[in-house]
Amino acid sequence: MNLDFSPEDVAFRAEVRAFIASAYPQSLRGKQDEGEELAKEDFLAWHRILAKKGWVAPAWPTEYGGPGWTSVQRYIWSEECALADTVPILPFGINMVGPVIYTFGTPEQKARFLPDTLSGDIWWCQGYSEPGAGSDLANLKTKAERDGDHYIVNGQKTWTTLAQHADWGFFLVRTDPAAKPQEGISFLLIDMKSPGVTVRPIITLGGEHEVNEVWLENVRVPVENRIFHENKGWTCAKFLLAHERSGIAGVARSKRGVDRIKSMARNEAQDGIPLLRDSFFKRKIAELEIDLLALEFTELRTLASENAGRGPGPESSLLKVKGTEIQQRITELALEAAGHYGMPYFRGFGAEGDNALPIGPDYAHRTAPTYFNVRKTSIYGGSNEIQRNIIAKMVLGL
Amino acid sequence: MDFNFSDEQNMLRDTVAKFVQNQYDFDTRRKITRSDSGWRADYWKVMAEELGILGAPFAEDHGGLGGGAIDNMIVMEEFGKGLVIEPYLGTVVIGGGFLKHGGGQQAESLIGSIIAGEAVFAFAYAEPQGRYNLADLTTTAKKDGAGFVLNGRKAVVVGAPWATHLVVSARTSGAQRDAGGVTLFVVPADAAGVTRRDYPTVDGLRASEIQFDQVKLGADAVIGELDGGLPLLERVTDEAIAALCAEATGVMRRMHETTLDYARQRKQFGAPIASFQVLQHRMVDMFMNVEQAVSMTYMATLKLGDPAAERMKAVSAAKVQIGKGCKFVGQSAIQIHGGMGMTDELAVGHYFKRATMIEGLFGSVDHHLRRYEGLSLGEAA
Repeated sequence: MNLDFSPEDVAFRAEVRAFIASAYPQSLRGKQDEGEELAKEDFLAWHRILAKKGWVAPAWPTEYGGPGWTSVQRYIWSEECALADTVPILPFGINMVGPVIYTFGTPEQKARFLPDTLSGDIWWCQGYSEPGAGSDLANLKTKAERDGDHYIVNGQKTWTTLAQHADWGFFLVRTDPAAKPQEGISFLLIDMKSPGVTVRPIITLGGEHEVNEVWLENVRVPVENRIFHENKGWTCAKFLLAHERSGIAGVARSKRGVDRIKSMARNEAQDGIPLLRDSFFKRKIAELEIDLLALEFTELRTLASENAGRGPGPESSLLKVKGTEIQQRITELALEAAGHYGMPYFRGFGAEGDNALPIGPDYAHRTAPTYFNVRKTSIYGGSNEIQRNIIAKMVLGL
Repeated sequence: MDFNFSDEQNMLRDTVAKFVQNQYDFDTRRKITRSDSGWRADYWKVMAEELGILGAPFAEDHGGLGGGAIDNMIVMEEFGKGLVIEPYLGTVVIGGGFLKHGGGQQAESLIGSIIAGEAVFAFAYAEPQGRYNLADLTTTAKKDGAGFVLNGRKAVVVGAPWATHLVVSARTSGAQRDAGGVTLFVVPADAAGVTRRDYPTVDGLRASEIQFDQVKLGADAVIGELDGGLPLLERVTDEAIAALCAEATGVMRRMHETTLDYARQRKQFGAPIASFQVLQHRMVDMFMNVEQAVSMTYMATLKLGDPAAERMKAVSAAKVQIGKGCKFVGQSAIQIHGGMGMTDELAVGHYFKRATMIEGLFGSVDHHLRRYEGLSLGEAA
């Protein structure tokens, strides 16, 4: 047992760091520094650069376009990206549906979808949750009825992240209403331009348009767009959920978040004493750092066991719970540090036609909307209550 | 000992509660927050003339109803339940508080104008460098003949876009953070040399950054004691905190109620989520937070007339409890509402946003914990 990275890993870190420094688009950096909302092309710009380099899908097998990195190298990569504060690669194609397709898809499906997913030419969205099926995902009601070589899909999905930009969606639909909840579900890929697909925005607490309702009315989906067997979609769904949870700890991004709070706390002062020297505030940062360290080493242990050939198991629920709790505490402390200037609200800031500059220090005006927004993390991807149920059942055997 | 309200106080509560229920539903509030002005000036008139509540805490000699801090508490709690935007806190509690306790040549006529709904106040006390220290002032008022000249800048002045008058804390002598040398002024919002930059706040109010540039004030602009204004500033701020705590109890209670309703009707795994023990316990903890917040609000409100050190301790204790309660009840309400709690469409998120801003207003939990420590355990931190 030791904590050292091998010389190869150290060299790898230097290589990726140099690449990020030279290849990351400056225009993107500027927008991030200003706290502007990112447009579709902003998300895609970095994706396309990495796709060209062959690094956009670190976990994919090489035969499908992955770089062939070890899990330690993937860890170093994600750490370096967080340190450089790069725009995150959207998970829907690379982390979610991509692995489902290369694991369960036919050769035709792999050829049709994997290259475009890698290149960024397909923007994916995830059609899982429904108004009546959140934590209880298997209760989903959207139904797909066979009509020759097509399915006719009817129903409503919700909380569909960034569906307003999506070219394709992967959907869980009910193909056998008579079967037990988990046994009558199929996994369909749906072209979002199909007649009968309607995307409606849901505006969230911070004023963002991030999630949507997706309505499906008599949408015709070719049977060839079904992944894996009919009524066996839950197998794909479970596989995908495990992948979604790995990486959800967000350790490296949270480290960066703690650094941001420190720099805010250096700037904010009462009675001329920086908040960073305030014993109460300092202690909260220290506790946060210690919790983050515990999470980091728990994640490293998980990685080591993945390297030894054991896939992400129910332990990843621990990473999700602790990771999101830490992310939320970071936003709480940031809002607290902002003081009076956490209160002004600039919804239109960065939007066209709004030239009003924010009030107060530049780090302050996003703290409240971010705090509100990040409440979602203990709700999505299986709420933290559900994650604890999973641990109770699958790990503790209760 | 008596925790009962008088008949007059019960009537006041009914009046405000009916107004909120009948005229301040969530859609109405949403329209108000999205309107150009950001408030309902006509509602302010209704409060003055039809409901008669703007005179609640003022003496009958002034044309008021003869009530006090408890009446403010009642109004603010009911306002909290409806997330009422109109500036009762800034005008009646704060503006009125300064005029009642500080006096001054204009006090009598201004109190009359407040009760009539004609004068609207905003409290310009915070400065960017001062954080929560009320005495940390770079805004100055220099003697100029019989009057003063005011210069400086105030941060995040809530309700300023609607105000006819501002209460401004300024340094008339001493160094930046001295306890002595602080004076309070009443400044007409449209005085020459006052410029505002208005903006919305995250909780649906409006506020401004205010610049004072060579603003000429008469001698009658002084409220309270020249150079000795800090005790008055602390007293009225404590009264404002007590009233804010009362608002918070209304906000929290509504979040708790709406969470119970949601949990009873929302079904997952074939059962209402209210039947899951882990959520039941969380809702019980919310309940305990609400009840403790109400207790602390009563306690602080009843001690507002105590000697300064006792009053400050009581108010800081209440603000600590309420700040923690706002966070716990707010976060729990959103969590139990799940994705729906994250939407702009549901009221609960708007209550959460107000609760979150209340946490920081007039001092965070840490700030008041430290003030309490200093007063209660001796040595000021």
